[in-house]
Amino acid sequence: MSRIASKFAELHSAGRKGFIPFVSAGDPDLETSLEIVLALAELGADIIELGVPFSDPMADGPTIQASSMRALDNGVRLEDVIEMSRQIRVRSEVPIVLFSYLNPLYQYGLERLASDAADAGIDGVLVTDAVDEEAAEIGSILRDSGLDLISLIAPTTSDERLAKIAANASGFLYAVSRAGVTGARLETSSAAEELVRRARKFTDLPVAVGFGISTREQIEEVWEYADAAVVGSAIVAEIERSIPVGNVPERVRAFVASLLPAVANAGTEN
Amino acid sequence: MSKYEPDERGYWGEFGGRFVPETLVAPLDELTENYLAVRGDAEFHREFLYYLRDFAGRPTPLYFAERLTEKLGGARIFLKREDLTHTGAHKINNAIGQILLARRMGKTRIIAETGAGQHGVATATVCARFGLECVIYMGTEDIRRQELNVFRMRMLGAEVRGVDSGSRTLKDAINESLRDWVTNVSNTYYLLGSALGPHPYPLMVRDFQSVIGREAREQFLEREGSLPDVLVACVGGGSNAIGLFHAFLEDDIRMIGVEAGGSGNELGMHAARFATGGSVGILQGTKSYVLQDAAGQVAATHSISAGLDYASIGPEHAYLRSIGRVEYASASDEDAFAAFKELSATEGIIPALETAHGIAHAIKIAPELPSSSSMIVNLSGRGDKDLMSVAEYENRRSE
Repeated sequence: MSRIASKFAELHSAGRKGFIPFVSAGDPDLETSLEIVLALAELGADIIELGVPFSDPMADGPTIQASSMRALDNGVRLEDVIEMSRQIRVRSEVPIVLFSYLNPLYQYGLERLASDAADAGIDGVLVTDAVDEEAAEIGSILRDSGLDLISLIAPTTSDERLAKIAANASGFLYAVSRAGVTGARLETSSAAEELVRRARKFTDLPVAVGFGISTREQIEEVWEYADAAVVGSAIVAEIERSIPVGNVPERVRAFVASLLPAVANAGTEN
Repeated sequence: MSKYEPDERGYWGEFGGRFVPETLVAPLDELTENYLAVRGDAEFHREFLYYLRDFAGRPTPLYFAERLTEKLGGARIFLKREDLTHTGAHKINNAIGQILLARRMGKTRIIAETGAGQHGVATATVCARFGLECVIYMGTEDIRRQELNVFRMRMLGAEVRGVDSGSRTLKDAINESLRDWVTNVSNTYYLLGSALGPHPYPLMVRDFQSVIGREAREQFLEREGSLPDVLVACVGGGSNAIGLFHAFLEDDIRMIGVEAGGSGNELGMHAARFATGGSVGILQGTKSYVLQDAAGQVAATHSISAGLDYASIGPEHAYLRSIGRVEYASASDEDAFAAFKELSATEGIIPALETAHGIAHAIKIAPELPSSSSMIVNLSGRGDKDLMSVAEYENRRSE
């Protein structure tokens, strides 16, 4: 069983829901970023989503755009993200999912990526801008190396497409809570719950909900109907706020702990 | 089916396709379905042609540039005068086509990106004409370079939103438009301005612009009783070029697209995707040639003309190049600047700086061609908007 599947099985048998933080790998620099991820894992993150910096993040709002740019300005590229994952793996068993646009992966070479990522202890890859046949092709390359292709589903995704996407996905499905780009919002739309309910008709895969989740209340709300909540921009914004003050990993740890005390407690069980 | 038609997934050979987040799939499906329905609809085409004629002022003349021809002493040069359309550039053709489609789809809010501002002006114009809300995204660097067009758009009732991310040019304006679209898909129509982006845009924009070549072909045949030997057009995203070329693709005619050579051959100093160092990649929904580093990060570009200052190129151009059907060359900032002045002084026509790249190449190759041969250059837009940029360039140059 893959690390992602075991994690969800473990959550399920414990009657718990998952917490999936996202950070842009290498923001503000590789060393600090590694410390942040290890702090998140210690706090009880169930899966880590590592954003691969890209110059043209068309699905992202201003917060993640800026973090992506900070990492790029420091020269962080895909090979560094893979190396960073290897270092996380030495110190933690937390499942790692790369979150990337297609072009950096395509230039690296998809077969090479699959093999290097598996070797580094990465568990899954989410490709923001690959759908349909192109996604199927990537999924099959990843599967050959034992990696999961994590797929996005959106409120605008038809039932027909849900069935197709679910058939090609593994690990878990990532439900986009609303039409729009990434970024913290004060409320989640009811569209997310409806989407998760529809997705369950087509798959037994766990469903995580993300995009716009930034408060403890929102996480609790998502946990009512989905298997995990993804928090991205809120954490990335905390990183951004902490950079000028220093001691970024500790500040992020404190922020996430306040966001999710339940997770801080759950962390000691692992 | 002609080999110049994309397959049903929007691929010309290996180029094109649809690389978007899942959230955009449904709106693109809706757009594709609606576009394919009007594509063969006679009523839609009657309406399109009506506005092209009575609103945009088509057909545009095919003008024999007699003095320039004499001066160069080679091929006879004809200019397809897209600069004479309402709003002053070929962009209006596509804007009319898409606004009619948006109306049929019941969309009430129109968004668009713009580089030089010509597409923004065209979009703002048709939105004013049909009473639709209009938001134009424009890089702040381009806003600076094309101040006059910003004023025109605002005068036409559009809201111009400056984009401060990345290189603050066309590419970043497209990213921001996609972000707006993904957020407001239910009521919003994204009126993309070039033969770029995810399927069906490259096909749809090509179709709406191909009126240029259809007219030019007919006009040339009527005047000369034969076909021209060479076609030349500048290529940013590539809509004016594909608009001119399309009707001639099956003919035995040489075609040349001219990219922006900028101020040097180093990455970051030009926008010549084919001529200087581009490679196959995926940017903004389509697979084509992209200026990028080895790790797939999109490179900064430079051109004297905002409309050509883009890191990728329409996928159909990548295909036409791959099969050897169209040649691509480049003209530098300096070449374009010289051509801008030359055409103004010799023919009394001030071309857009984008267009001046095509003119520059025509000036370069015309003397090498026999005087019995003839060439059509797409005069894609007029240059009023560029006078300040040209003056600035001239000052920098003389320093």
